[in-house]
Amino acid sequence: MKFVDEFRNGDLAKRLAASITREADTGRAYHVMEFCGGHTHAIFRYGVQDLMPANVQFVHGPGCPVCVLPIGRIDNAIELAERHGATVCTYGDMMRVPASERRSLIKAKAAGADIRMVYSIRDAMRIAREEPQREVVFFAIGFETTTPPTAVAVRDAQAEGLRNFSVFCNHVLTPPAIQSIMQTPDVREHGTVAIDGFLGPAHVSAVIGSRPYEPFAAEYKRPVVIAGFEPLDVMQATLMVIRQLNEQRHEVENEYVRVVTREGNLKAQALVAEVFELRESFEWRGLGEVPSSALRIKDAYSEFDAEKRFALGTRKVRDAKSCECPSILRGAKKPTDCKLFGTVCTPESPIGSCMVSSEGACAAYWTYGRFRQSGDGTQRHKEAAA
Amino acid sequence: MCLALPAEVVSIDRANETAVVTLGGVKKEISVALLNELEVGDFVLVHVGFALHKLSPDEAARTLRMIEEAGEDPLEELSA
Ligand code: SF4
Repeated sequence: MKFVDEFRNGDLAKRLAASITREADTGRAYHVMEFCGGHTHAIFRYGVQDLMPANVQFVHGPGCPVCVLPIGRIDNAIELAERHGATVCTYGDMMRVPASERRSLIKAKAAGADIRMVYSIRDAMRIAREEPQREVVFFAIGFETTTPPTAVAVRDAQAEGLRNFSVFCNHVLTPPAIQSIMQTPDVREHGTVAIDGFLGPAHVSAVIGSRPYEPFAAEYKRPVVIAGFEPLDVMQATLMVIRQLNEQRHEVENEYVRVVTREGNLKAQALVAEVFELRESFEWRGLGEVPSSALRIKDAYSEFDAEKRFALGTRKVRDAKSCECPSILRGAKKPTDCKLFGTVCTPESPIGSCMVSSEGACAAYWTYGRFRQSGDGTQRHKEAAA
Repeated sequence: MCLALPAEVVSIDRANETAVVTLGGVKKEISVALLNELEVGDFVLVHVGFALHKLSPDEAARTLRMIEEAGEDPLEELSA
């Protein structure tokens, strides 16, 4: 109960932990996948796993946009700057993600490429306005929370005639990724990864609403509970998953009613639909090709599509040898299963993408793991699985 | 990058779909193109320079406290 002291409302956390322990049936295990990196971060930051009984386990999912982007796409971004002489603007987290041959955007920048870190796509548009002689490309990544801003930017760029601006679109979708996890051989055939229920993302769901998870919950018979990012939210939502499983229900429930509705933000959804369309398939690190899981810019806005403007090709690049990111992103392995964890690979010198962003499982383990006294949970995970 | 911050709307420019918000005394112009109804004094969740949705003042205070407790500096994120 050490970490409970750090909760703002320690009493409530203790009561929730007690309810979970009381209600979790000792005759079975509960494997709860938190899809979203924001939850992974909260679970580690507050040691939520340590408050759970041994038969309630969190399985970390692929909801870290930086982590799931395949290396080939980062190579593409470097190519835009180096070969095409473009000014590549991107969110800070992307700068240190390892590309091929141990390169990264930050190393390319150090070698002279014009790569700039921005807080918002609006900053990239401002650069394009201020430097009309440069081709400015925004390296767009992220789930449903960052997609609407990109849609607004593309729409506005067209309205304004900002012709030296374009977007390298890598936006991905949450529901197909969750679905794809249920179809990986680890889950379906080998049974090496057990997932009994899901914690659904907070802000993503504020945009898309809770409805898109409904077919998933029904088809795979897994409860989905949308949870806020506070540790108490995570615990409350976990209790809701446990109750559903005890009652053999598999519904979409919403713990985060303070913000999430069933419909979501309709205006944002309409803007996204105006500018983007589904790609047939997109490669995810860890999940491989996932059908209908990403967006591209529609033809009506194609002049702002950097992939077309610079005729970028897709290439498949293998992940660094011995980096276990792909298995970790599927929930099949834990960071401590990786030989390089904390030795060769640290946040200062990451080998894989999961060690870069604070939402990545390896970075979260490394940053908060050292405060743990009771081991890292791996042992208990194995015991619970046995 | 998934960090989203609550901020209070101090002025709105409807023609340009922008608003000035304040967070801990720091003012910043953001886009409000994703929201339908908005008034001065509302709290919004700001993510990558865009208001994603409206928040109640309670929820805003709660989110901000959590971010501070997590040892992250909200202002650093806004000014990056
Ligand atoms: S510790 Fe580093 S090398 Fe190992 S899986 Fe994580 S990111 Fe990859």
